[in-house]
Amino acid sequence: MTSGVLNLVLKRLGIAVVTLLIVLFAVFFATSMLPGDTASILLGQAATPEAVAGLRDAMHLNDPAILRFLRWLLGLLHGDLGTSYANDMPVAALIGGRFVNTLKLAGITTLLSVPLALTLGITAAMLRGSFYDRTVTILSIGIISVPEFMVATLAVLLFAVYLKWLPALSSVNEAHSLTDLVRIYAMPVITLTFVISAQMIRMTRAAVIETLSTPYVEMALLKGASRSRMVLKHALPNALGPIVNAVALSLSYLVGGVIIVETIFNYPGIAKLMVDAVATRDLPLIQSCAMIFCLGYLVLITTADIIAVISNPRLR
Amino acid sequence: MARAGASRRSFLGHNYNLVGVVASLVILAWTLIAIFAPTIIPHSIGDIVDDDYFGPMRQGLWLGSDYLGRDMLSRVLMGARYTVGISLAAVCIACFSGVMLGMFAAVTGGWLDSCLSRFLDAMNSIPSKLFGLVVVAAVGSSIPALILTLAVIYIPGAYRFARALAVNINTMDFITVARVRGESTAYLIGSEILPNIMRPVLADFGLRFVFIVLLLSGLSFLGLGLQPPLADWGALVRENIGGLPFAAPAVIIPSLAIASLTISVNLLIDNLPRKIRDRDA
Repeated sequence: MTSGVLNLVLKRLGIAVVTLLIVLFAVFFATSMLPGDTASILLGQAATPEAVAGLRDAMHLNDPAILRFLRWLLGLLHGDLGTSYANDMPVAALIGGRFVNTLKLAGITTLLSVPLALTLGITAAMLRGSFYDRTVTILSIGIISVPEFMVATLAVLLFAVYLKWLPALSSVNEAHSLTDLVRIYAMPVITLTFVISAQMIRMTRAAVIETLSTPYVEMALLKGASRSRMVLKHALPNALGPIVNAVALSLSYLVGGVIIVETIFNYPGIAKLMVDAVATRDLPLIQSCAMIFCLGYLVLITTADIIAVISNPRLR
Repeated sequence: MARAGASRRSFLGHNYNLVGVVASLVILAWTLIAIFAPTIIPHSIGDIVDDDYFGPMRQGLWLGSDYLGRDMLSRVLMGARYTVGISLAAVCIACFSGVMLGMFAAVTGGWLDSCLSRFLDAMNSIPSKLFGLVVVAAVGSSIPALILTLAVIYIPGAYRFARALAVNINTMDFITVARVRGESTAYLIGSEILPNIMRPVLADFGLRFVFIVLLLSGLSFLGLGLQPPLADWGALVRENIGGLPFAAPAVIIPSLAIASLTISVNLLIDNLPRKIRDRDA
């Protein structure tokens, strides 16, 4: 790797850090605009104006927003996520276990959807125009075009209502055996896999088709290479960069997906925690959850960006 | 269905295929329903007309009844009004602001372009559902607030798309000529660049409309979108989710309504004559 690529990669990383700061700032401001005064909500209706004023002072709510933002950022750097308003527990303790749950969900989904989507995407591109290709394309357009909750509802209807194979709700605490575990994770994972794979299939198929239309693939065809040799030896190595890029980009859809899936299946993850926090106006909790999601999302799209740079020989 | 896409017909000088025509008919139907819903609903949306809840489809109650025994057909028809109306308003604001800003940045260039691009790119890297969650919680979910929130979330995307197109046009000779002529920035944007990027921008408008419908439905499904007694399609799914174990039509029909609209728009764009769809046509 030459210094040119290194420079480009460092530049992307720099952009990512600046972006993260802007995003954190935006999230902080949006949450400080939450309706209602936090102090009076915390103290309830019976609170005297003096008590509310006192608490506002103690929580530094009267300071200018920029000062509170910097104080919050400084806390973050020390690993201090603040204290939840709703139940007075450290945010880090609330998030900890649930973050692991969400990571498990995302991890299992990734392990399932990547091989599935790559196989379907690449084969569909190879058999372009065939009945198989059309079926895959129409199904993936269909899944992309409907909201995640509809995929989830259909999955529940199919597997829990008609086939009665799986329970409709998940709760990680009740897992005693491997079969329990499978039954718990199955429904959320199936839903997420559908949503993520559909994106990935479309992008992978497009990447392979683009490579297949290049002159050197035509050359391979003309010199009499077999179809599979043409795809596997000539096209795939060059399509690898765009494909990995597509995988990273599609995985960023996990962020939106888990919010819906954890809510509908009552899965004790960090997205459910955040939706509940929005309902209880628990600012520190919302900010920390939003930060984690944005961070994850940024890591994925920056990875996709960097892979695109590295895999393009012209940029080296 | 796959085969039907192959049959092409000529109309108004463009080749339309069957899938595209069917898709546009579905979109037209929902638009008409959204406009005339109050006059065509058989029952008032608040009236309890069935003794049973989650009633099945039968004569008089063509789509069954919801969790309170209200007429589902009326509620879905009125839901079209909110889903289509709010999304359309939001996508108009988002695309208008995004495209204007994008063309302005491309024509002006320099530090203004860099700052605007950097800022909007950063906004673009907030996952849309998360953004919606935070902002809706902050400013509430009245209809104007929802429209503005959805519009703000999709301005960066529209900006990026329009700017990329406008930057290409901006390097053309006729722009240089116009500049040398001493034309104003407003003239360059309105009369030289906009007509040349109009078609891809319209296709992008359709895609963004789908994104907004999906996000609005998602938010309403989470209970953070339209608040009762108003109900868009996402909210209808949410309030009737209790009927899921008995596969009640009340939970399936609104989902199908969303799917029919979004899939139709996607298919229409996919099947647009190449001339309209491609950016370099």
